[in-house]
Amino acid sequence: MTDETNPNRREFIKNTAIVAGVAVAPGIFLHSVSQAKPDEHPVDNSVRWGMLIDTNKCTTGCDDCVQACNKEHGLTIEPSHRAETQPQWIRKVELKHKQTGKQTSLPVMCQHCENPPCQDVCPTGASFKREDGIVLVDKHICIGCRYCMMACPYKARSFVHETLTEQKPYSPRGKGTVESCTMCVHKVDKGENPACVTSCTHGAIVFGDLNDPNSEISQKLATEQSMALREGLKLNPGVRYQGV
Amino acid sequence: MRYWLTTLGLLFGLALSVVVVAGDDEGKSWIPSPPKAKQAANEQTQCVEPVDVMRRMHGSYLKHHRDKTMYLGIRTKQYSLVQCINCHVTENEQGEYPSIQSRNHFCNSCHEYAAVKLDCFQCHATRPEEAYENQVPMVKPEGHH
Amino acid sequence: MSKHNITFEELQGNSTGFYALVGILGALVAMGLFAAYTMEHHGHVITGMDNQVVWGLPHIFAIFLILSASGVLNVASIGSVFRKAFYHPLARLSGLLAITLLVGGLVVLVLDLGRPDRLIVAMTSYNFKSIFTWNVFLYNGFIGVVGVYLWVMMDRSLQQFYRPMGLIAFIGRFILTTGTGSIFGFLVARSAYDTAILAPLFIAMSLVLGMAVFLLVLIASCVWGKRAMGIAFLERPKNLLSLFLVAVFYLITVYFITNLYVTKQHDLVYFLLASGSIYSYLFWIGYLALGTVIPLAILYHPIVGKTRNGIIAAASLVVVGGFSLLYTIIIGGQAFPLEIFSGMEVISSGFFDERAYHPYVPSVWEFMLGIGGISFAMLLTVMGMRILPFLFVPSSLSAIHLSPEEID
Ligand code: SF4
Ligand code: SF4
Repeated sequence: MTDETNPNRREFIKNTAIVAGVAVAPGIFLHSVSQAKPDEHPVDNSVRWGMLIDTNKCTTGCDDCVQACNKEHGLTIEPSHRAETQPQWIRKVELKHKQTGKQTSLPVMCQHCENPPCQDVCPTGASFKREDGIVLVDKHICIGCRYCMMACPYKARSFVHETLTEQKPYSPRGKGTVESCTMCVHKVDKGENPACVTSCTHGAIVFGDLNDPNSEISQKLATEQSMALREGLKLNPGVRYQGV
Repeated sequence: MRYWLTTLGLLFGLALSVVVVAGDDEGKSWIPSPPKAKQAANEQTQCVEPVDVMRRMHGSYLKHHRDKTMYLGIRTKQYSLVQCINCHVTENEQGEYPSIQSRNHFCNSCHEYAAVKLDCFQCHATRPEEAYENQVPMVKPEGHH
Repeated sequence: MSKHNITFEELQGNSTGFYALVGILGALVAMGLFAAYTMEHHGHVITGMDNQVVWGLPHIFAIFLILSASGVLNVASIGSVFRKAFYHPLARLSGLLAITLLVGGLVVLVLDLGRPDRLIVAMTSYNFKSIFTWNVFLYNGFIGVVGVYLWVMMDRSLQQFYRPMGLIAFIGRFILTTGTGSIFGFLVARSAYDTAILAPLFIAMSLVLGMAVFLLVLIASCVWGKRAMGIAFLERPKNLLSLFLVAVFYLITVYFITNLYVTKQHDLVYFLLASGSIYSYLFWIGYLALGTVIPLAILYHPIVGKTRNGIIAAASLVVVGGFSLLYTIIIGGQAFPLEIFSGMEVISSGFFDERAYHPYVPSVWEFMLGIGGISFAMLLTVMGMRILPFLFVPSSLSAIHLSPEEID
């Protein structure tokens, strides 16, 4: 096999890179060019991606993050089909404290557990965790048994119930397999923020490296109160919440 | 003993090729003509590997690369399916892209001829990235929904 | 250990009745395959299953068949492991049913997959942390073990292996049911399944369902096969069935009582038993009244319990009860919402978290698939009986059922 960095390929790669560069929509926040991993480098566990969601900033009635996710991944809603069969990677939930009555608004998606139950139960190994903590489904070997959906404590997964067309180039999805939030891994690998993070005008979602003590997310976690959903299950999710 | 085995093998091979050739002649009134790529990846090899290598090996390149991308986050472009599509699936005069069911689609043009089922596009995008950004329509496949 | 000179024979398969039975079963299997094809073609959108209730009717059928498969083998085990000679004439049929029911259940499970075409992936790519993976091996292993067991039973030259194989099969069936029960037992995410009692409950249910199915098939093979069989012959299996019924009832009571001890789970118990949901009806009427109390009354009744029709009715009701209980636990357990936000009430959610329970209405496709699976198991059973000598020759039995006490 030829070397992938063969100078003969440069022209081709440069051209396609221009195409990709034009594609970057205005307003996308490249959090740091230095964080962008070179394409040919494998991810490793020196990084663990995570999110911190500040429910004090998250606003009731706003679902910008949900819309952004649906758009990014081409999650279309088929109105003629039952709503329960439609894909859902991120949802907005409004809560009321049973005693105090305090209301909270928050987005819930795959929590990218450190010890993911979905991975434990998956018979084929299709549910897996990347070295950098992002939990994905290898749809090439997912057999659609839905055991992972039974096992996920956050109901974060959807099963594709019908034939799809018009999938996005960087978000392949197909009938008969299970899917969930990918933490926009295709953007993260380019050094960009996930779509929900960039879409939130209230700044309620901070994305970053939990292993880097200097990252914004680590700094906040170190100084402010936060919690995981269903903390008692000890899954150590990569997504954490403030103000719940 | 060895002699008879060899003879038997040869006869079997011969019979098989007769069947294949005969099968080939019927019902294949067309020859695949995959559309030209947008550009050559480089002057010497045209594609990212010499064309004859690509013809034989693209399946295994793609499969190997997909696992590297998915599990390791390696996003080099050389063997990426998205890049194949970007370069090889081209618009017609009306500026529309062929559907994957059409013989004008680069991938399908050969796969339909060779009767090798294509699984990729149950999930993967069939048109170049720019088609999705600019909302370029696809030619509606006939008799399909 | 003598075999008491019981002889076995094949099913006489040239009557119109035989062909009619095979024809009907074949048609039902074809219907099931058509349903599976339709489900795969359109996707699961045409079924009643969705992202909230992800396992539906096909899984009830599959688990019913798998549990019955392991329970049915009990008959053979009692004969070989516990040396009860009375059960020897029944051992072969028991082994046959263990294989065919398991195959039927697995076929339903596989055809319900989102990608049944990738069965080869399930067979070649394993995650050994998954209890599902272990079950793939358990199921295949079980079929192998029972196959060898049957062979040893049928080949007199291998008689010395009869008891050891019986023991292996006996252990195998417990491992199999524990494995099936554990599929649910490991789901800490869901309150209904997060308990250690599910595995013993599944074992007890397998005994009940296996015995009921066995009795039904045995009686059918005698009645339709015009093979004489005294009612006294059913006495012991029938008594075992009542015993197992009581065991399941005991375990299900423990299941709900332990859940009541955990304050958090009160809502779950209320939802399943008292909310007036479909699950309450299935539990009280389907499982308890039809599936337990009435069969017990029939089986212990001094007159009705000694008639063939009484036993048929009791065994059929037990099957109905088994389905109802599986439905209550498996579907009801999913219909009850996850407790994701403790201490909080969900006012609204884009994914139905606010619901008191998730509705589920099974579709006709799922039903057809399930019936197809049962029919496939029965078709295999009938074919098996036709090809190999699985059925005892009634006349060779006289020594046994006339003086059962002397045999043990
Ligand atoms: S939230 Fe659910 S899908 Fe995501 S990693 Fe955890 S168990 Fe898996
Ligand atoms: S549905 Fe797919 S990803 Fe989920 S457990 Fe089954 S094979 Fe694994």
